[in-house]
Amino acid sequence: MCLAIPLKITSINGPDAVGERDGIRRKIRVDFIKEPKVGDYVIVHAGFAIERLRKEQAEADIAAAREVENALRA
Amino acid sequence: MLSELEACRRHPEIYIEKIREMNLPEVNLMEVCGTHTMAIAKAGIRQMLPANIRLLSGPGCPVCVTPAELIDEVLKLAARPDVIIATYGDMIRVPGSVRGRSLAAMRAKGSRVKVVYSPIDAVELAKNNPDSEVVFLGVGFETTAPGTAACVQAAAAEGLTNFTVFPMLKTVEPALRALIADPGFNVQGFLCPGHVAVIIGEAGFRFLPEEFRIPAVIAGFEPEDILLSVYVLCRQIKEGCPRMENEYTRAVSPEGNPLALAVMDRFLKAESDLWRGLGEIPGGALMLRDEYAAFDARKRFHIQYEAHEDKSGCRCGDVIQGKLAPAACPLFGKACTPADPFGPCMVSSEGTCAAAFKYQEV
Ligand code: SF4
Repeated sequence: MCLAIPLKITSINGPDAVGERDGIRRKIRVDFIKEPKVGDYVIVHAGFAIERLRKEQAEADIAAAREVENALRA
Repeated sequence: MLSELEACRRHPEIYIEKIREMNLPEVNLMEVCGTHTMAIAKAGIRQMLPANIRLLSGPGCPVCVTPAELIDEVLKLAARPDVIIATYGDMIRVPGSVRGRSLAAMRAKGSRVKVVYSPIDAVELAKNNPDSEVVFLGVGFETTAPGTAACVQAAAAEGLTNFTVFPMLKTVEPALRALIADPGFNVQGFLCPGHVAVIIGEAGFRFLPEEFRIPAVIAGFEPEDILLSVYVLCRQIKEGCPRMENEYTRAVSPEGNPLALAVMDRFLKAESDLWRGLGEIPGGALMLRDEYAAFDARKRFHIQYEAHEDKSGCRCGDVIQGKLAPAACPLFGKACTPADPFGPCMVSSEGTCAAAFKYQEV
């Protein structure tokens, strides 16, 4: 349950937002991100974005997250 | 450190060699995060490292540190026809002190137990079921605590009277202090949990080198992050110069996430509570502040419990302190398997026993 995944914000409506990647779409909350913007990459844990990731780092982390998730689901 | 991560990604073997060349005496390094436990087992990092470097798993899986006594109380609540239990999936198969009794077993017999992905889903559930009491099981460490607090905020804003949180949140620092205070403590460096550190920052782990002279590194979750972090700890040990190093700078800042910390602080306060295996830890739990007692399931349902001895034979308590390798538990892989688990360390996908079983780390 501690698994946290990187997602890209595709829409924002107050504290609610949608995060996406690899065809996963999730309703997320962005309460803890200062001035969140569409296009930002965030680490999402239990439905809440807990931090913004720098774009150049996000891709590498997304690849890694795929690995970890596969490990947990396999 | 980033360029070092790149270097480690390209040539992990060089880092393994560097660790070997340090020729350290036997050292124990401990990770305190369920996702690290899984990543280490999956990538086979233990087997890659020289034999003098031992990686132990500490109390990093929130489900695993939840005591059977509390699960028993949750099961009593689940038996009430007016209650819907909302929980993360990991909790539903965790047995209480009576073997075979779990939320999953109760659900099969008609109890209302809903798995939610986010605490916000539990608030929605309460809105959609005004005639039922929705009780959200608030397990987790600092990574999960801000979201749990934000739900209380959301429920209060909606004026919900049928939503409560059963607080079982834990904090990492008091648990590490309890481990360190144990007379048998034998850990020479900590791999600090990256996503807890996202919230509490480097600041939350500086006490390790500063007060106890124990090397500490905040580690990310790719195999190379972990390998590099092990190398960083070994280097500190070799140099005899313990400090806090942040390998996961791409997500972790020195002071953490101020917005998340503010919400936590507004709704939650540190108190003592029982940990599986570690007993009562002063200040090791986060409970709802008195102003929000209306949202506290422990208060609403007058939950009281006492610590009692575990007679099941499960050694999770020793496993989560790094005192016992899963395979050294007499039940491991025989009576106790992921399909028929004795204890939470085998139930949770992030549990040390489950990781060892799945990846045959024996
Ligand atoms: S193998 Fe099973 S019984 Fe033994 S410590 Fe792990 S969970 Fe408990």
